Amino acid sequence: MSENPSASAYWKANIRIIRICLVIWALVSFGFGLILRPLLSGIPVGGTDLGFWFAQQGSIIVFIALIFFYAWYMNRIDREHGVDEV
Amino acid sequence: MDQFILNLLVVGATFALYIGIAIWARAGSTAEFYAASQGIHPVTNGMATAADWMSAASFISMAGLIAFVGYDNSTYLMGWTGGYVLLALLLAPYLRKFGRFTVPEFIGDRFYSLPARLVAVLALIVASVTYVIGQMTGVGVAFSNLLEVPSHIGILIGAAVVFFYAVLGGMKGITYTQVAQYVVLITAYTIPAVFVSLAMTGNPIPPLGLFSEHTASGQPLLERLDDVVTDLGFREYTMNHDSMLNMTLFTLSLMIGTAGLPHVIIRFFTVPKVADARWSAGWALVFIALLYLVAPAVGAMTRLNIIDTIYPEGTDNPPVQFEERPDWMRTWEVTGLVNWDDLNEDGRVQFYNDDSDDFAAEAEERGWEGNELTVNNDILVLASPQIGGLPGWVIALAAAGGIAAALSTAAGLLLAISGTISNDVVKGWLAPNISERGELLTARIAMALAIVLATYLGLNPPGFAAETVALAFGLAAASLFPALMMGIFSPKINDKGATTGMLVGLLFTVAYIFTYKGIFFIPGTNFLPDTSEYWVFGIATVSVGAVGAMLNFATAFIISSMTEEPPEEIQELVESIRVPRGSGGAQDH
Repeated sequence: MSENPSASAYWKANIRIIRICLVIWALVSFGFGLILRPLLSGIPVGGTDLGFWFAQQGSIIVFIALIFFYAWYMNRIDREHGVDEV
Repeated sequence: MDQFILNLLVVGATFALYIGIAIWARAGSTAEFYAASQGIHPVTNGMATAADWMSAASFISMAGLIAFVGYDNSTYLMGWTGGYVLLALLLAPYLRKFGRFTVPEFIGDRFYSLPARLVAVLALIVASVTYVIGQMTGVGVAFSNLLEVPSHIGILIGAAVVFFYAVLGGMKGITYTQVAQYVVLITAYTIPAVFVSLAMTGNPIPPLGLFSEHTASGQPLLERLDDVVTDLGFREYTMNHDSMLNMTLFTLSLMIGTAGLPHVIIRFFTVPKVADARWSAGWALVFIALLYLVAPAVGAMTRLNIIDTIYPEGTDNPPVQFEERPDWMRTWEVTGLVNWDDLNEDGRVQFYNDDSDDFAAEAEERGWEGNELTVNNDILVLASPQIGGLPGWVIALAAAGGIAAALSTAAGLLLAISGTISNDVVKGWLAPNISERGELLTARIAMALAIVLATYLGLNPPGFAAETVALAFGLAAASLFPALMMGIFSPKINDKGATTGMLVGLLFTVAYIFTYKGIFFIPGTNFLPDTSEYWVFGIATVSVGAVGAMLNFATAFIISSMTEEPPEEIQELVESIRVPRGSGGAQDH
């Protein structure tokens, strides 16, 4: 295996940001939308609670934000490590 | 103008548009046929992906699924959108860098194994064929209910249009027609929703209207909905009733199934660069969210509307006389999607939950002898323009939108099927020396045959058609997604590990579904009744794909650790797909 130090640093940076994004991804859907909903039941939103909002709207909005953030962040990392497309 | 003529004009105009695009975007090479020469702008591809992904089920059925169940079916909303995060972060950029044309081709090359490639072909074909049946029947439903054209003629017309642009244009023709179809379907979906939201809450933006005040009662809309449904013995709309483990696994199955569906993945082969594949997934989700954020609002508002029109004096007073029933009932009872049966012969429309033990005493006291009204989920979206009292051209647009949603998804599935047959089965296995022209011709013939098969199955749907969506998502989740992800993220996974993992995931998922649904869905061949007390840990058949995926991962890791490492050049291949540089143009091979 070609152990290119820059390539392995690039991959580490990528894995780190994927991990962070997937924690948020799971937190807003499986967390706030489903399992942790009882914890949010005290926060009213339009006739129901915050957990319901995350299940039907909030999670989707956060998903979009996550993908655009990841695309933007990776473009920067690509350039910093010199692996961007020319 | 007569509504029938208007419907035909609007639907006919959209068909003429699709055919015009097909003639303009003909494919001249396999690179154009499979991947539109990787020249599609990321925003354009995002829009085409949205149409590719949103099927007849999303357009026609989803609002109804949420309306009649409430919070518990939020799983569909999160599951069918959350998959795009997985796609953008874990698959799309790397598969685009790999730069070939089909999903099994990646699996075959990465795991240096023809059996692995053929297992992937099998999973792809089963998942896509079962999925396409639903699209063809969806075209028939839209034609028969909205255009008063018999369902089988509708299917034949739809198939002829798809035949024209898919065989001629391949991915290139399909991409640009999908963009047009997205515009048609999103316009058709949102216009009635805006009017319904405005009428019920005074807010023209449906997702905001959902959490606003219900103008007529002065209560928040969702609180009002909870009140009226519980008054009739139904379960509270905003509350949780299903098992949390099952909901979590179902959502996860939909997410990884979405990320593993080949007809969605191949759309990301069409953009020029790896960075574009990342942006494009974001745009796809933006365009999908326009519908998915509106759907729960349409669902909740229309459910409340239906109850208000049946109980104009409030739920404490007797329901409406059948002779004075609302217009939407009159229209839709003709199609059989709305049914009234006067069980207690009082001439009124009792609509309540007769399965509720708590409500039985009140029902008896009020002289009700069972629920008299059944409303099919599917009319919610198709009838909403009429419930909102909108002009004729909006009703015509709803028909065109439903057909656009079904045709765009059908075309994407047919391309995935025909591409895998010509690229993986014929070129990759049976006739490796086939020429470029020969392969293009094979792809066109495979496309034509796939359309004929899909049309036949649409005209004669097997009895299990409705059950098979679970199978399509389960297979994609349990077989394809783990293999693709390990192919990129775990360089040590070898041919034996990946192939066994896919087979274990696939067989486990199929076996679990057949145990409760019957072997090949044949009634009476199931080993256990399909009810929650017989499910293992209460896991429903639709939720089992996530478990199959975990078994696939575990098997692949164990087998790979016991057998020899992948050869040097495969580990180098993995290194190379991980970095964007050098993605280049289409590789003709």
